[in-house]
Amino acid sequence: MSGAVALRRALAAIPDPEIPVLTIEDLGILRDVRAVGQRVEVGVTPTYSGCPALDVIRGDIERCIRDHGFDPDVRTVLSPPWTTDWLSVDARRRLQEHGVAPPRRRDATGGLLELPVACPVCGDQHTTEVAHFASTPCQALRRCDACSEPFQHLKEH
Amino acid sequence: MSVAAHDGIAVFTLRLADDCLVLSHRLAQWSSRAPTLEEDVALTNIALDLLGQGRSLYALAAGLDGSGRSEDEYAYGRDERQFLNCQLVEQENGDFAQTVARQLLYSTFQQHLWSALEASRDETLAAIAAKALTEVRYHVDHATRWTLRLGDGTVESHERMQAALERLWPYTAELFEDDDVVANGGVEPRLLRAAWEADIDAVLTEATLQRPEPAWAPSGGRRGIHTESFGYMLAEMQHLHRCHPGATW
Repeated sequence: MSGAVALRRALAAIPDPEIPVLTIEDLGILRDVRAVGQRVEVGVTPTYSGCPALDVIRGDIERCIRDHGFDPDVRTVLSPPWTTDWLSVDARRRLQEHGVAPPRRRDATGGLLELPVACPVCGDQHTTEVAHFASTPCQALRRCDACSEPFQHLKEH
Repeated sequence: MSVAAHDGIAVFTLRLADDCLVLSHRLAQWSSRAPTLEEDVALTNIALDLLGQGRSLYALAAGLDGSGRSEDEYAYGRDERQFLNCQLVEQENGDFAQTVARQLLYSTFQQHLWSALEASRDETLAAIAAKALTEVRYHVDHATRWTLRLGDGTVESHERMQAALERLWPYTAELFEDDDVVANGGVEPRLLRAAWEADIDAVLTEATLQRPEPAWAPSGGRRGIHTESFGYMLAEMQHLHRCHPGATW
């Protein structure tokens, strides 16, 4: 395996500091990786403009590139803006397994394809929003009407 | 591009950046003081969005005005008269109703602004606008929910919400003011007024609140003239950097 391929894999495996069950590639934060001689250019898209985790992610990426013997050049890519629609099916499943309700899938016009937010613990479709704005802007706090478990919901964005 | 148009878009961008920074700081002042824990988190998360948008705009302004200044230099290195934010965003938090009213009036304006700027011929500004638009929808949603709850709530909450609107309404005139800054790639604020009024009227009606009558129309923020409380806010915000220039942590 060449150094560049190994680096690409290592970058894709960097966990998100806020939701470590997902990698920066799962979330769509890692946009593109390009090796230009000794320099490696990486484009990252912030989930939210003021996301404090982005500075940590940037540091993680730079360290990873240096560890592989390259020079990092990390750039912020604002367009197209980040959306939860970029989360893969596998990423949604892993979120659910860790007790976080994944963002609901949407069609091309932004319409929700699944209406209820199901409880990630017992799977019941009857849940109630407790707080629309929870610990981070991307999450809401809900409670399951069936098993009473409180859980976080990664909001559609 | 002519020199005037070049300068215009730089000033236009700086005005929006200062709006974001100043409102962000005001909202951050609620940290540990909001009525409930959830609200504390919601207000500071909105503050964080605005800070992020402000940082992107300062980076753009530094290129447009040719100064190459850092975000910190814009935030901590300028005096009151060099800030070009509108006077609405610098108004004190007041009681919770006043903060909600300020959020409703300004976020709704900002939503229309970002929406128009998505088509800006300046690609970076268009990208920042498209990103910010996804965020400001939450801010409008938050302010609308609280306006309905307070306006159509108890006698006390209704009175406070109405009083907050009366207090802040005059400062909304400045949002739509035209002046001689012609921004190539910007948007003329007066064009946003009708859509803003329609949105605000719909929320106020549902919240059983009255739209205040037009009264005096203070102005000057866009030219660096600010209300008394802004100086105090700035002194607090800039204190550490002024004492320890270049401090990092």
